[in-house]
This record gives sequence, structure tokens and C-alpha cells, in this order.
Amino acid sequence: MSHISPIIWQFLVKWMTNFALFPPEASRLAPQMDALLFFLILVSLIGLTIVVLLVTSFSILYSKQRHPVAEQIEGSTLLEATWTIIPLGLFLVMFVWGALIYFRVYTPPANAMNIYVVGKQWMWKAEHPGGQHEINSLHVPTGRAIQLTLISQDVFHSFSIPAFRVKREAIPGRYTTVWFEATVPGTYHLFCTQYCGTNHSQMIGDIVVLTPEDYRKWLAGSTSGASLAQNGERLFASLSCAACHNTRPDARGPSLANVYGAKLALSSGGTVTADDAYLREAILNPSQHITQGYAPIMPTYQGQVSEEGIIALVEYIKNLNSDYRIQQTTNTVDLLPESEGKTAGQAPAAKVPAAQGGVKQ
Amino acid sequence: MSPVNTIVSLPDQSTARIPRVNYLNKENGLLSWLLTGDHKRIAILYLISITFFFFIGGALAGLIRLELLTPQADLMATDTYNKVFSMHGIIMIFFFLVPSVPATLGNFLIPLMIGAKDLALPKINLLSWYLYMAGGILAIYTMATGGVDTGWTFTTPLSTHYVNTNVLTTGLAVFIAGFSSIFTGLNFIVTIHKMRAPGMTWFKLPLFVWAHYAASILMVLGTPVLAIAIVLVALERTIGIGVFDPTKGGDPLLFQHLFWFYSHPAVYIMILPGMGVISEVISTFSRKRVFGYTAVAFSSVAIAVFGFFVWAHHMFIMGVSNYAVLVFSLLTMLVAVPSAIKIFNWTFTLYKGSITFETPMLYAFGFMGLFTIGGMTGVFLGTSGTDIHLTETYFIVAHFHFVMVGGMLMAFLAGIHFWWPKMTGRMYPEKISQLAAVVTFIGFNLTFFPQFILGMLGMPRRYASYPPEFQILNVFSTAGASILGVGYLLPVLYLVWSLKYGEIAGNNPWQATGLEWQIQSPPLTENFVVMPIMDHEAYDYEWLERQKVKEVASVG
Amino acid sequence: MSDSSAIAHGEQEAPHEEHPSYLRHHFESTEQQADASNFAMWLFLLTEVMFFGGLFTAYLIYRNWYYPAFVAGSHQLSIPLGGLNTLLLITSSFTMAMGVWCAETRRKSGLVLCLILTFILGLGFLGIKTIEYTEKFEKHHVPSWHYSLNSFLNPDSDKEARAAGDQPLPLDMARKTEVYFSLYFAMTGMHALHMIIGIAILGFMIFRARAGAYTAGHVTFVENFGLYWHFVDIIWIFLFPLLYLISRH
Repeated sequence: MSHISPIIWQFLVKWMTNFALFPPEASRLAPQMDALLFFLILVSLIGLTIVVLLVTSFSILYSKQRHPVAEQIEGSTLLEATWTIIPLGLFLVMFVWGALIYFRVYTPPANAMNIYVVGKQWMWKAEHPGGQHEINSLHVPTGRAIQLTLISQDVFHSFSIPAFRVKREAIPGRYTTVWFEATVPGTYHLFCTQYCGTNHSQMIGDIVVLTPEDYRKWLAGSTSGASLAQNGERLFASLSCAACHNTRPDARGPSLANVYGAKLALSSGGTVTADDAYLREAILNPSQHITQGYAPIMPTYQGQVSEEGIIALVEYIKNLNSDYRIQQTTNTVDLLPESEGKTAGQAPAAKVPAAQGGVKQ
Repeated sequence: MSPVNTIVSLPDQSTARIPRVNYLNKENGLLSWLLTGDHKRIAILYLISITFFFFIGGALAGLIRLELLTPQADLMATDTYNKVFSMHGIIMIFFFLVPSVPATLGNFLIPLMIGAKDLALPKINLLSWYLYMAGGILAIYTMATGGVDTGWTFTTPLSTHYVNTNVLTTGLAVFIAGFSSIFTGLNFIVTIHKMRAPGMTWFKLPLFVWAHYAASILMVLGTPVLAIAIVLVALERTIGIGVFDPTKGGDPLLFQHLFWFYSHPAVYIMILPGMGVISEVISTFSRKRVFGYTAVAFSSVAIAVFGFFVWAHHMFIMGVSNYAVLVFSLLTMLVAVPSAIKIFNWTFTLYKGSITFETPMLYAFGFMGLFTIGGMTGVFLGTSGTDIHLTETYFIVAHFHFVMVGGMLMAFLAGIHFWWPKMTGRMYPEKISQLAAVVTFIGFNLTFFPQFILGMLGMPRRYASYPPEFQILNVFSTAGASILGVGYLLPVLYLVWSLKYGEIAGNNPWQATGLEWQIQSPPLTENFVVMPIMDHEAYDYEWLERQKVKEVASVG
Repeated sequence: MSDSSAIAHGEQEAPHEEHPSYLRHHFESTEQQADASNFAMWLFLLTEVMFFGGLFTAYLIYRNWYYPAFVAGSHQLSIPLGGLNTLLLITSSFTMAMGVWCAETRRKSGLVLCLILTFILGLGFLGIKTIEYTEKFEKHHVPSWHYSLNSFLNPDSDKEARAAGDQPLPLDMARKTEVYFSLYFAMTGMHALHMIIGIAILGFMIFRARAGAYTAGHVTFVENFGLYWHFVDIIWIFLFPLLYLISRH
């Protein structure tokens, strides 16, 4: 926006906001989106004015009274070309500009802080990595890139923050992401904008933007106990993942240390980057995500773990940055009641969930 | 009406009478109407039925606007509100807009305009109407027995697993109505290809026919995909086949692709015939050939072709890949261009014309302004970046109401008024109809323009309750809706009145050039006694002058 | 239009020319009528292509995603029965084409024979389909209807899976076989529905053909129905390899 005079810009923004034609601009993206919106409005106004002026003036100049005999004109290739090329040119400008913004919104930066959001009929559950849980609200600090990883537990929902100019669908079955950086502290609307049933209009909440100081205070004050990763660790242990995913040389599954973000070679050929979506799929549909060199024996956990559980597991795996960490978890396994009487390091056969031969559906 | 400011040319009312034999009085009795093969009678049957469904859909709209007067969901339970807006959309789209111009005016006029005695497949035409009625009655039945609350978009998994309302019956009603639409389009394509009069080459066809041809291609190719989407939803809902269920390996996004693959071309099915009407009206009331005939004809076909490749612009934020978004956004920009071309061509048809402002022309002017706004706001949505902020809000609601109601419905009314003399032999009352047109225009803008602002501010669509700061704009919108209701009620009243008391029209009160205006009003059942030979161009006002001279010369 | 005055008043009627009784009055000639209805039938078949196209699209996507499940599912289908069905349908297309020729060359008894043969072959196809569907019910391979994964988790317990040499599938992939069978039933069921409609029309045509309706020069109905029948055949010719022949060597 450097080429628009800041004074005019402020005036426009203030006027627009006071007249409540635009929501407040509370994110780094909002002015960029508003600039494109202004351009679109301007072009539309000009186009509409041209059409209205032409129609009105022709209607007056060539009304039957003033112009009783019509002149038959076939057309004009020049005019056709003009009003094809100019609109096309303007539309293409809008396309490129809009595409740039679109890619910007849906390509989170690498250092973004991730918050998981699970949508369900009819509430939003936000899960901070530190273990803070919120329902129908989201506390975020200013000045930091925040990525939201969204999923739905049931039907389509859509997480919309008009003040940030962002919106993203929460789909059942896979993660979607969006990111923003909040700039102005305050409380803003959160809406569900994808019709989801009876209480769709009540699936609303608050986005609370805090200064980094206040955010730290809020974090400290609202944690109830374990962080997401700690919950994930407990789940990892109770689901016996360490039976195969440990660091022993004869381990039946690949070690998960530092797996997050790594490039994996799959047994089906091809490589894949182990991101959130991959980890989720590997837990639910493992047979299509076997790492090369390992037998396809991982059982599926579909139906045994909720979306929040998967989020906890993913968060745990993200923070697994060393073999030592895994050994700590393995020890956690050994401390569980079911493993009494068995030596550490031996995977109890009974704990392998029924996969082959089972009819569990 | 001073003879200077109008082109209306009526026979001497003291001696004029309706032609003794015409399609309305050729046979009498209910069965002669219910078992007719005459395209004109079928058009009238459609006209009565779609008017009926329009008012049901309109009543539902009234309920929506009443609820939205206050921020709380206090008029009806939210479940009821969800049903009301779902049924409003389903009835208005499938039982009013899709058949409106094609099934009434298209059915009536296409054989007349091309010089044929009927459509190619009259029995299929009648079947079309029965299918439409079956679907419509089924839709009313579902409303009466509890309605459906999935939205007109039947989004899965909500519609397959999370509601217990009448999804199956409504889906069936839409499925049946879809076949009505397919058969109408099929009939039109065959007729236009195979039954043109001698000399009627493609480029002598009125633009109304071109527009219907393009819309028919969309009807024929697009509607079956909606049919299969509905069948899959029904199978998923009844026996749980799992094609859309992520827990069974299915993908809910697949439904979105299948649904929008039809539903985007559907909007062009709805608007193209209206554009055809506007071409005819603007030409007649400027006494000029449409500027750039070839461009307008080809742009209709271009809209039809491009319209098939843009469906995913309804899914920009749903997790489709960024690169897919690029492709669809670009194609959406391309499909916007032909509509712009048409608007400019119509504008320049006025240039050096001889313009009068009878009611059809007023509706046509309304169309041009409102469709321009609606179309430009479509570009806001096709621009992927801004779509993120504007999608799923009232901006979308405003956009499609501008193009569908401000555009299509105005074009429909323009056409009804324009061809009313041909269909009934009577003129409508000019002053009150001009008043109704102005009232409609004002009411429309007051209803829907505030909704653009609501959308910009972020108010989501399909909400029964909303934050209080949105109330003022909602109140404006509801106020406008009441005015709009008056504007739509008036035509029904005075058009019915005109059937008995309207002035006798004669065969060509507008002095228009189409073949349909060269025969009696109302026409004979067989349309033409002698096969017409098309030896002049479309919109040939000089040829018309020579006809008048001939007529005068041959009397007495 | 050279004579507008004659058109404006509807009082006089043009003399009624000689024409076959089956010429509808809105057509100028029997050629125009036949041409128009033939074109209409081709257009209608185009809509059917779009209709089935949605199902084929879904099939292609899911087969790409869940290939092992689709292989295992397709091994449950009987190639001899499917092949026999293909043979029946192709033969019925032949008899139908012969029937059209008989109608065009005014061979009434030939036409009736051909239509009856087509009818019987069509019924045969449906009969074999019924046998196949019954097998699916008995083996609990109908989606959502006590669907059983046993054949895919324990292929040794299942005759067809043993014969095909199937390996046990992991549980999550085994669950995807339900998607395969959903598409199997949706596609073959839709196809069978079209067959039933075609056979019903064939029944009607046999009666009319015996009365000589199609061998007096008005062959459009038979020709157009032939197009429909060939279309239904072609759909099956796509379905058979896609559903039955995955990964068979």
C-alpha cells in the first residue's frame, strides 16, 4: 500500500469502518484483502456508471420523439474487440491479484504456531499445544503467525473470522489449514459459515486477540494440566504403539523420532512428506502408508481414537525429536498395569490388537 | 397514449375482435388441455403452474425476511427456519427459475420463431409438463409432511447421515423435475436443428432461439449429473453405501464436485433464456437490429461451453488444491466476458435507435442495470482471494438474487408482457404495468443491496439469528421485500383482468419483426397455414416497412 | 414469407395432401420426422452417458485410491457368469440389429422372431444377474447389510479368494472393499434398471410388431429402440472389464 497516500488510506478505512461497510481490520492480511476489494468495487462502480450513463443518454437522445427513424447498424468489430479485451484485461488483473492473496492465505509460513480446531455440531473446540482447551473462542497473540489445523467430527463446518478476512472449511475426514497474523487486540466475531444443521446460527464465538504479554498470562492461567503432547504420549502408550514403534534394532515399525516433516519413502513407491495429514492417515489407514522396508502389519485405529485423540498423537509425534524421548515413552508403557510381570522390551503378544482374522468393523 | 411516444399499433377497437379460430378455442374441455400436444397450450399450462410455485416460494421468502427482522430466532424454531430457507431455494430454483422462460415462452415461441408447426416431439413436451407437476406436487407434499432442512445444496454428510427430514422425497421430486428439464432441452435442440422453415439459416434465427439453444445444451448435458448425485445421496442415506462417508473410505467432497458440476451450468440454464428475451425486447423498442448479432449469438454458446468448466468456484475454501483453484478462477474470469459483451451490445442497440418506454422495455432496462451489478459481484467471488472473505456470507445471497431476481425474473416479466398480446390476443394495461415495473425495481434494490453490505461485514448465510449490529440492514431488506411483494402481485392481478377487459391486440401491436408477429393473435393451433419462407434477415425493420406498405396497398 | 395476408387470417385451410398415416402433422415429410426422432434418440443417449459418467468418475477415483481393496472385491465376482452375460448381451445386440434390418426390409415374421430372441437374451442376462446378486447376499457382501470382511481378512476361508490366490488384506484396506461393492451395486443396478426398462419396451414392441406396425414403412420406433439397446450393451461392455477383470492375468 506504499503507493497510496497513507492519509487517504486512513481516511478511507476510518470512513468505511465507521459507516460499517467493512469489518474492522485486525490482521496483517486484512488491508491487503481490502485493497483488492476496493479495486473490485471501483471497477464495478465505473463499469456500472458507464452502462447506466450510456443507457440513460441513449434513451434521452434517441427517444422516439427526438429520433423518430432508427438507423440500422450491423455492429462494429472495433467496439466488440474493445469491450471484450478491456473487461478481460481487468478480470485477469483481478485473477492474478486474487490468486496471490489466496496462495498467501492458504500457505502457512513454516514458523507458524499451530492451534488445532475441531468443529462439531454445534460448537468449535480449539486446542492449544500447551493443553489449553477453548470452546467457541480462540485466544491468540498479536504479532505471531498462527496456523489453524481444522477438522470436523461430523458434517462440513466453516471457521470464519471476518475481521481477519479468513475462512476455511472444516471437513470430516481430513485436515485443512489456514493461517493469519493478528495485529489489533480486541474481540472479534467467530462464525460457522457452512450450514450444518439445527444450531448453525448458534455456532458462533469470539476471537480474543491479546498482546503477547496478556497472551502469556492467559496461557499460564488457563491450562488445566497436560499439554496436547503429553496427552498424546499417554494415548501412544495405552494404544501400544510402542510395541512396534520403538527404537530397538528389531523393531517392527519405523522409529518416529524426527519423523515429522521428513521425507519418507513408501513401500508402494513414491515419497511423501510426513505432515499432519499424513500422520492422521497413517493412523487411520495404515496399509496405504507403509514406510519402505517394513511389513504391512500396522493395524488401523479407525473407530478406536477420536479426532481429539489423533490431534494429541500428532502433536506428540511432532515433538518427538530424539530417540531418548521414545525410550521415555517405552518406559511409560512398562509402567502401565497390563505390562506387570513382563520384562521391559518384550512386546506382550496379547496387546497386539486383533487385525488379521478379526471381524471388528 | 400519444402516437408520438409509443410504437403500439392496435386495430380499431370499435370493430376489432379476437380471431374466430385460434388455439385457445379450437377445442374445449379440460381433457383437451390435459392431453394436448399443442406447444402453445402446454406453455400456458406451464405458465399457470410456475406462477403457483413462484408464490409458494415467495411466501417462504416472506417468512425468511420476517424472521430476520430481529436478531434473535424468535419467530420460529431454528429447525423450522432451516426448512423454510431450504424449501424456498428448492422451489424457486427447480420449480420456478429453471422452467420459467424455456417452458413458458420457449415452448410457445420457438416453433413460431423458426416457422414450424410444433416442436419436434409434442408428446415428450406434454410428458415434460407432467413430470414437472409430479415433481412439484411431491415437493409440496414433502413440505406439508415436515419439509427438508439440508439447504437446496443437499450437502453431504449432513443430508446423508445427520438429518431426519424428508431428504429422500425431496431428492426424488428434484430428480423427476430434472427429467422434465432434460426433455424440454432435448425437444428444443431437435426442433431447432431439424424443423426450421426454408430459408431460416442459423444466422437468421432470432437471438431468443440462440439463447434457448445454448441453455438446452446445458439442460441436456448437465442435469443427468445432478440426477446421479441425487441417486448416490439416496443410496447413501438408505443403505449406507459409503461413497461419501469418510469413515468408510468415501469422500464428502466427491458429492460437492458432482453436485456443482450440474448446479453451476444450472445458473446459466436459468439466465440464458432471459438474455434471449432481452435481445428481442431491446431490439423491438429501439426499432433496430441487435447490435453485433453474431457476437451476441456466439456469446450465448460461449457461456454454455465455458459454463461447464467452472464448477469448483463454489468450492474454493473447501480444501481443493490451490492449483485447482487457479484453474477454476481463471476459467471463471473467462466465462464472465461473454456476459459483459452482451450488456454492451444491448446498450449499443439503443444507439441511434428510436426508443419507446413501454413496460417490457422498462423491465429490460431494470435487467441491464441489475444484471450488471450481479455479474460484477460474481467477479468478486470468482477472484479467489476475495472469495475467501465473501463466500458463505450474505454477499453470495445478494449476488445470486441480483442475477436471478433482478436479472432473470425481470427478463421473465419483460417477456410475459411483451408476448402477452401474442399469447392471449389482448393488451395488458400500460400505466399500471409501468408502475408495477418501477415498484419492483425499487423494492428489489431496497431488499437486496443491503445484503451486499451485510456480506462484506461478515454476516453468514442461512442464519436464523445474528449479532445485533446487523439489524438495521436486515430491517431495510425486509422493508424492501414487502414492496417487492406488491410489485409481483400487481402483474398477476392486471394480467388476469386483461384477459377479459384488455384491448384487442391484433397480430402485431409492437410492429416487431419476428415470424411470430406476422400471424394472428392468438395463433392458430397449427401456427402457420402456409409454410413461411424466410427471405429476410432477423430484425429486418426495413422488410417490415415494406410489408406494411404491401398491406396498405392490397386493401380495398 | 411471401403471403402475409393468407397467414394473418386462419379461415382458409390448405388442401390435405396424400401422406402416410403415421406422419404427424407438424412435420413436412416422413424423412423429416424420422430424422428428427433419430436425432432426439442420439441426444437422449448423450444424457445417459452423462448420467453413467458420474458413476464411472466415482469408480475411477476410488479404484485409484484403494486399489488392493478393489482387486480383492473384483476377485469375488464370477468371470464365467460375467462373461456369459457379456456374450448374451452382445448376441442380443446382434439379434436387435437383425430386427431393425427385418423392419426396414418389411419382414414381419423375421422382425418378431428377432425381437423375441432379444427379449429372451435380455431376460437371460437379468436371470444371471439375479444369481450373482443372490450370491452376494449369501456371502454378506452387500454394503451396510450385515457386511462381512471375513473373505478379505481370511481369504483361505473363501472359495473365490482362494482360487484367485488372494493374500489377507489389512483391516483398514479390507474395510474399503465396501466402497467397491457400493459402486458395483450402484453401477450394475443402474444398468440392470435400464435393461428392465428396455425389456419392458421390447415386450410392447413384440405385440405391435405382430400387428404389423413396424413393417409398413414406419421403422423409426424399432430403429431408435435399437440405438437404446446398443447403448445399454455398450455400458455393460465398459462395466465388465472395469468391475470383473481387475488384475486378472
